Amino acid sequence: MLEYTKKIQETAGRLLSEGKAEVFIGYAKGTVPMMNHPVVIRDPAKAGTLHWDSHCGLNLCNYLTKMKGKIGIVANGCNSRNIVTHIMENQIARDQLYIVGIPCKGMVDHRAVKRATGNRELEEVIEEGDTLVVRGRGFQEIIKKADVLQRNCAVCTHRNPVIYDEMLGPPVEEQTGIDQFKDVRTIEEMTPEKKWGFFTRTISRCIRCYACRNACPLCYCPTCFVDESRPQWVGRSNDPTDTMTFHILRAYHCAGRCTDCGACERVCPVGIPVRQFTKKLNKDALEFFSWEAGLATDQRPALDTYKPNDYNEFIR
Amino acid sequence: MTTKLFSKDDWGKGLLALAKSIKVFVPVKDGDFTAFQQLSEGTVPDWAYQNTRMSPKSIVYPQSERMFEYRLEEADPEANIVKEAVKDYSPQALVGIRPCDAHAFQIVKRNFDNAEFRDPWWVRRYETTTLVGLGCNEPCATCFCASVGEGPFGKNGLDVILHDLGSRFLAEALTPKGEDFLVGLKGGQPAGEKDIAEAQELEGWTGEKISAAISTDQLKNKVVTQLFNAPFWDDVAFSCINCGTCTYLCPTCWCFDIQDEVFGKQGDRIRNWDSCMMPLFTLHGSGHNPRDKKTQRVRQRFMHKLKYYVDKYGNGIQCSGCGRCVRFCPVNIDIRQVAELMNNY
Repeated sequence: MLEYTKKIQETAGRLLSEGKAEVFIGYAKGTVPMMNHPVVIRDPAKAGTLHWDSHCGLNLCNYLTKMKGKIGIVANGCNSRNIVTHIMENQIARDQLYIVGIPCKGMVDHRAVKRATGNRELEEVIEEGDTLVVRGRGFQEIIKKADVLQRNCAVCTHRNPVIYDEMLGPPVEEQTGIDQFKDVRTIEEMTPEKKWGFFTRTISRCIRCYACRNACPLCYCPTCFVDESRPQWVGRSNDPTDTMTFHILRAYHCAGRCTDCGACERVCPVGIPVRQFTKKLNKDALEFFSWEAGLATDQRPALDTYKPNDYNEFIR
Repeated sequence: MTTKLFSKDDWGKGLLALAKSIKVFVPVKDGDFTAFQQLSEGTVPDWAYQNTRMSPKSIVYPQSERMFEYRLEEADPEANIVKEAVKDYSPQALVGIRPCDAHAFQIVKRNFDNAEFRDPWWVRRYETTTLVGLGCNEPCATCFCASVGEGPFGKNGLDVILHDLGSRFLAEALTPKGEDFLVGLKGGQPAGEKDIAEAQELEGWTGEKISAAISTDQLKNKVVTQLFNAPFWDDVAFSCINCGTCTYLCPTCWCFDIQDEVFGKQGDRIRNWDSCMMPLFTLHGSGHNPRDKKTQRVRQRFMHKLKYYVDKYGNGIQCSGCGRCVRFCPVNIDIRQVAELMNNY
């Protein structure tokens, strides 16, 4: 993944100099191991600050909403699918964008790396091919990247960008024969009481910081239902009923739109596996409508179209 | 003041005995991180922890607290009378708190307990709390407590300080409250000169382990309106997703919002932590919000911590250097870098 850094810097510099983009959105290397910092660059001379490695697990499409002007942006598979969704939902126009595509082999789960090193203090994580060299005070360990991938990346079947103006490398092999929804089936098989218990436990640590919502490019409503105060739909305290309302409604707002980019789960400060909510809806969208979000700009999303002659029974 | 030496085993037993008469909170491993939990039979304290994910501020200042309650049934003679809700003020001890978080209570105290205002709930609960600190043998790479007037063995705000001497704790009372705590704790023995020397040596070399720093020396001299209008705020704010991670994890963020919640004919007035990152923050009844843009909210957070507080209280910055916001900001906005920008502007 590191080989892309130089290419991104060159491409961004060129696009900004040639006026093909007024701004360029990418990542700069973060100040803390495994945390990179989204940046917007206007000056080609600053293109050298751009960076790419296996810790770019946020979703940069988040920053495109209603942006003006011509924008250059780096996009791997899932980010590109969110750009498609953004175009379909009129949040950005295709001709405003210069998409720099990055074939992706998956992002690293920073928690998994810390877990693998016994949650010791890490000072440096260096990527070398398919391995990570992890250093802390008085220790060094080598970890296989494949063992610490973000859970969404481990089951990803769209690693290559689906929309781009330029690709920075040859496509990577897509993963096949992946059981994407094993965890969802486990929950589906539970009794209603067990399911309720499972989800109650899952969100029990939630502090209602809304990082999951805000990291998600789908959540662009000018006022979210939880922030509405006239009338107020959801209580502002940390009452479990209000917290559950937030999580379930957030997930439903993402139905048929979620690309499973994993940004929500990556950013949670208390480590809640929030994808357990959205994944069930992704599974339903796939099984009922053969729909995966953000694959093409010429197809209406499953939930905003219908056909009178639909083969499904429930529509009639 | 008393200084006692405990084997870690004795220390645990002493606390458990104490937990029968007062609430004792200790750091406990909870999945990938550590959280303060109330000690009871079977609790396994984690004394080797670095710091808790959430700061211990909630033990004095809960994220949500019922302030008042009221009834709305017209026939009820007490209808529409707002009454104080019952609260728990029983004595409690926060054992194993890190010096930065104890220092943070002193920062928050300037807001809740000053010549102008006294927040009755915060003050009363703070007064019933004994803070037993655990000095940091292994500070995190992101800790910058040493540049905000503290250190890994800082005593500011603590009633007792513990030195981890391997298999033993050296416990030193620092206040009368701490003295009571140590005298009341079963077990232990008077500390010898050798143990005290060992603790002092520990303090000496862990201070060198603080590698991170923050620049604050020029903040007081800056003109507030110039900093407010500085050109860097849009760039600082660009990546911010306006979540509440920084403010909710922060031990020194004190803002709150008061809400009424009514169910049927029964109402509660609840105080919740607020966050300057959120759209409801400073939203006026008129619908106007002076901080309705992301940049304004991000600027508010840094200006409050690094300029308004500095000017108002003349007592350093509103930050104890715990580094939680640095470690857990999902988009890596680093207060140390923002302070550098402000300090050098």
